[in-house]
Amino acid sequence: MTDSNRIIIIGAGHNGLVCAAYLAKAGREVLVLEASSRVGGAAITREFGPGYRVSACAHVCYQLDPGISRELRLAAHGLKTARANLRTVALATTGDHLVFEGGRLEAGPLSDKDRAALADYHARMLRFARVLGKQNNRRPPRIAGGGRADLIAAATLGLDIRRLGRDSMREFMRIAAINIFDVLEETFDAPLLKGALALDAVLGTNLGPRSNNSVLTMLHRLSGEAIGVTGGLSLPEGGMGAVSEAIASAARTSGATLRTSSPVARITLEADRVSGVELENGEKLPAGTVISNADPARTLLQLLGARHLETGFVHRIRHFRSKGMAAKLHLALDGLPAFARLPEERACERLVIAPDPVYIDRAFDHAKYGQCSPDPALEITIPSIYDRSLAPPGKHVLSAIVQYAPFDARASTDAARAGFLERTLGVLERYAPGLRRHIVASELLLPADIEREFRITGGHWHHGELAVDQFLMLRPVPGAAQYEMPVHGLYLCGAGCHPGGGVMGSAGRNAARAVLGKERAA
Amino acid sequence: MKHKEHFRTAVYQTPFHPRTSQLNTLNEWHRWKDYTTADAFFDQALEYAAIRNACAVFDLMPMTKHRITGPDALPFLNRLITRDIAKIKPGRVGYCVWCDDNGQVIDDGTVFHLREGDYRLCSQERQLDWLSRSAHGFNVSIVEDTHDVAALALQGPTSCAVLKAIGCSGVERLSPFGIAYFPFAGAELMVSRTGFTGDLGYELWIDPARALELWDALFEKGADHGIRPMGTHALEVARIEAGFIQAGVDFLPADQAIRLERSRSPFELDLGRLVDFSKPNFNGRRALLEEQRRGSRFRLVRLDVEGNKPARSAYIYDRKRNVVGTVTSAEWSPSAKANIALASMHMPWGLPGDELWAEIYYQRELKWSRVMARCRVVEGAFFDPPRRRATPAADF
Repeated sequence: MTDSNRIIIIGAGHNGLVCAAYLAKAGREVLVLEASSRVGGAAITREFGPGYRVSACAHVCYQLDPGISRELRLAAHGLKTARANLRTVALATTGDHLVFEGGRLEAGPLSDKDRAALADYHARMLRFARVLGKQNNRRPPRIAGGGRADLIAAATLGLDIRRLGRDSMREFMRIAAINIFDVLEETFDAPLLKGALALDAVLGTNLGPRSNNSVLTMLHRLSGEAIGVTGGLSLPEGGMGAVSEAIASAARTSGATLRTSSPVARITLEADRVSGVELENGEKLPAGTVISNADPARTLLQLLGARHLETGFVHRIRHFRSKGMAAKLHLALDGLPAFARLPEERACERLVIAPDPVYIDRAFDHAKYGQCSPDPALEITIPSIYDRSLAPPGKHVLSAIVQYAPFDARASTDAARAGFLERTLGVLERYAPGLRRHIVASELLLPADIEREFRITGGHWHHGELAVDQFLMLRPVPGAAQYEMPVHGLYLCGAGCHPGGGVMGSAGRNAARAVLGKERAA
Repeated sequence: MKHKEHFRTAVYQTPFHPRTSQLNTLNEWHRWKDYTTADAFFDQALEYAAIRNACAVFDLMPMTKHRITGPDALPFLNRLITRDIAKIKPGRVGYCVWCDDNGQVIDDGTVFHLREGDYRLCSQERQLDWLSRSAHGFNVSIVEDTHDVAALALQGPTSCAVLKAIGCSGVERLSPFGIAYFPFAGAELMVSRTGFTGDLGYELWIDPARALELWDALFEKGADHGIRPMGTHALEVARIEAGFIQAGVDFLPADQAIRLERSRSPFELDLGRLVDFSKPNFNGRRALLEEQRRGSRFRLVRLDVEGNKPARSAYIYDRKRNVVGTVTSAEWSPSAKANIALASMHMPWGLPGDELWAEIYYQRELKWSRVMARCRVVEGAFFDPPRRRATPAADF
C-alpha cells in the first residue's frame, strides 16, 4: 500500500477507536496515534492512589450505541457489565431518599400525583429523545449547497418530528428551546425529585436549570436509552477504560495499528491537501487521510493552523463554545461511607446531590461569574462495591461529577482547587457524616486539569456545549458538520461533531462512514 | 487612531480643507467616509478636461488605509487576497480583491509594498474588522492609519512635469504601479504611479502636517501646466472611461449583502486574472474552484450604448425583451466620444456580438421619456492612452 492510502487517526479516544475499527474492518490501513501512554482518551480507568483505580473522566455508561457494540462485537472483546440498570438515588440529608429508575419510583416518599407524573414525564421525554436518537447515527444534512441526500436527511428529521403526532409535536416544539426548570415546575411538586431530574439536564453543561436549551441537553442524555441502549445506566467491569480497551481490541483485530505515547505536533499539508502528521519528536508519518479525534479548536487551530483555513471558518471555530463547567472528584476510601439511612445495597446506585432545582441554579450563579460553586451539585458512584478490581479488598473508590467549576484562570489555581475540594467534601459530609475519616487519597480535576490531562480544549467533556446553535448540522460549526473539514483529506471524528459527547461512539462511526463515502464518490 | 474624540465631530475636514474650501466656488460637498469631500470645484466638465488634457488634483485623504507589518505580513496578505502577493516586490503596487469564504468579493483595493515586509492596503470600505479577524494565527500588526496619512491624486498628462517641478527629479522613470520616495519640506514624500483615471498619473502620500505645503507647491509649480482641483464627479467620468469598478456601485461588498445573489465573485466582476489558484489557500479559494467547475452566475461587461443619453441604472434586455442584466455605472465619455456603461449581466449573456438593448429613462423639462438603445459589448477600457504606460513618462 502506498502512503496516500494510509489513514492516520489522531487520538485514541473511544470515538477515534470506533472510527479506526470501522475503517480497518473495511480493509483500510489505519494507524492511530495517541499522545498519552494508554488508549481511551476521556474513557479510561487509571490509578489515583496506591491500589485505587477509577474512571478518570466519564464514569457512567449510558449512551454507548448498541449497533456499535454489536457490529464491533465488544462483548467478545472483553466488555462486561459490572452492573446494569443503575437506579438514581436522590439523596436527602434527612434520609428520605427517592430511588427511581427511568419513570418508575422504587422507594421514597412521593405523592401519588408526582409518582404518576414521573411515569408520564419519562415516557414523554423518551418519545422526544427518540427523535434525536435516530439522528445520532446519521450524517447531519448540509443546510446550503447540499445534494439530494441532504434534502432527504433534512426531510427525514422533519418527518420524525411530525410522526410524534399533533399534540406531541406541539409539545416538543414548545419545550425544545425552553428550560428544564419551567418544565419540572409545571410537572412535579416534590423539590427533591425536581432537583434530581434537573441535574440530569445540566450535568456537564454550561447551563443552569433556568438556562434555555437545558431541555435539549436532557433529551440528548436520554437519547441513548431511547434508541435501546440495553441496561440503561450501567457500569462496565474495570471502569470506563474497559469500554475503550474492548474497542481498541476490536480495532487491532481488524488490522488497525495503535501507537501510544505518540503526541502529534502538527498536521502536514502538501498544497491544499493533508499529507500526514508530524509527531512532537519530529517523526513524519505520511497519510492521504487524517482523521482527528481531538476537539475542533485543537485540531484546526493548533495542529493544522488557522493560516491553512479561511477567515470565516476560523472565526466560527474560535467561537465554538467549549469551556467546561464540571469537575471530577475521586476519593480513595478505607471503608464504605454511610449515607443517612441509605441501606448499603443502595449505595452502589447512582447517587445524586441536588436537593432542588433552585439549589443547582444558585450553584450555577457563582460559576457564571468565574467562581466554583460554594455548594455544588454532585453525581456520585462508588463502583468498587460491585467491581472489586478497582480497590484493595475492603476499600472503596468514590467517583463524582461536581458541578459547577468554571474553566477560568481565577478558579483554576491550586488554592481554588483546594478550596473547592473542601467545599465539596463539606457538601458530601452533610449526606454522609464521617466521610472524611475514610479518605485515604483524593483527587479533584477542574476543567483546566481535564484540559491538561485529556487534551480537550476548555476541558469540556462534550468537546463543546451541546446547544441549539452547536447541534446537528451546526456542530461543530456550519459548513463542517459532515465530519469532512475544509482541507482535502482532513476529518473530525470526536465529540465536537454530531452527535456530541458522552461515551456513544456514534461520531466515530459516522466519521468512518463519511471517509468511506468520500472514497466511493471519488 | 489619533482621533479619540471623533464622536464629537460628525464629519472631519481633510488637512487640505483650508485650500479646497477656498477653491470650491460651487460650494458642492458630500460626505465620504466621514470626511467633507468636494463634488466639484468650479465646473465638472472643465475639471474632467484637466484630467485628460493637463492635470487635476484630487483629495484622497478619506480613502481607507491600513499599515500591515510583522514577520507574517506576506503570508497574512496571501491568505487574505486572491492574487499572489509574493509577486509584488518592494517598491511596487498591486490592484487586488479579497473575498469571504464563499468567494464573494468583500472589497477591492491596492496593496503597496512600501519596503521589505511593510505593506499598505488601501480599500474603499472600512476593513479593520475583517483584517483583524483574518489575523488570527498570524504574527502580524494591522493599523488603520487613514487619518495619519494625507494623500492626493495628481492625474493627467502634465502630472509628471509638475512633480519634477516640485523637486521629484527622476520621477519620470517610475513605471506604472511603482513607488518612489523624495525629500519634501523636511519630510518624506511618497509617490506612486497609480490612480483611478486610467491616465498618466500619480498618488502622493505625506504626513498630514506637510499637507498644505504639498498642495501649495503643486499649485504654484503646476500653474504653467494647467493644474486644477477636481471633485468626485469629474473623477467618476474618468474611472468609468478607464473601465474601473467601484465597491458599493458596481458590486455590493459581500459583508453588506443580506440576500443571496446580491454579491459577486471576482470572476463575475471580470477580475479572474486576480485569482491565483496556485496558492494552496486563500479566502474563497474552495468556493471559487467550485464556481469554475459549475460556472459563474454573472458577467461584468463594458457597453457602448447607442445615442447620447447615459444609461444609468438601465435594465438590459435581450432581443426577446427579457431582462438579462443591469447597468451599474454609465456616463457620456467625452474622450471616447461614446455613451458608455458598465453592466452586470446574467449568464450566459454579455458576450461580444450579443444583441442587447438598454431601457433608458430620461427627463426633459420635467417630462419623462423612454428609449430603447442598442448596446455593443466592448472589450477593454473605453479610453486607454499610450501615455498611461509609457516609461519614462513624457512631458506634455
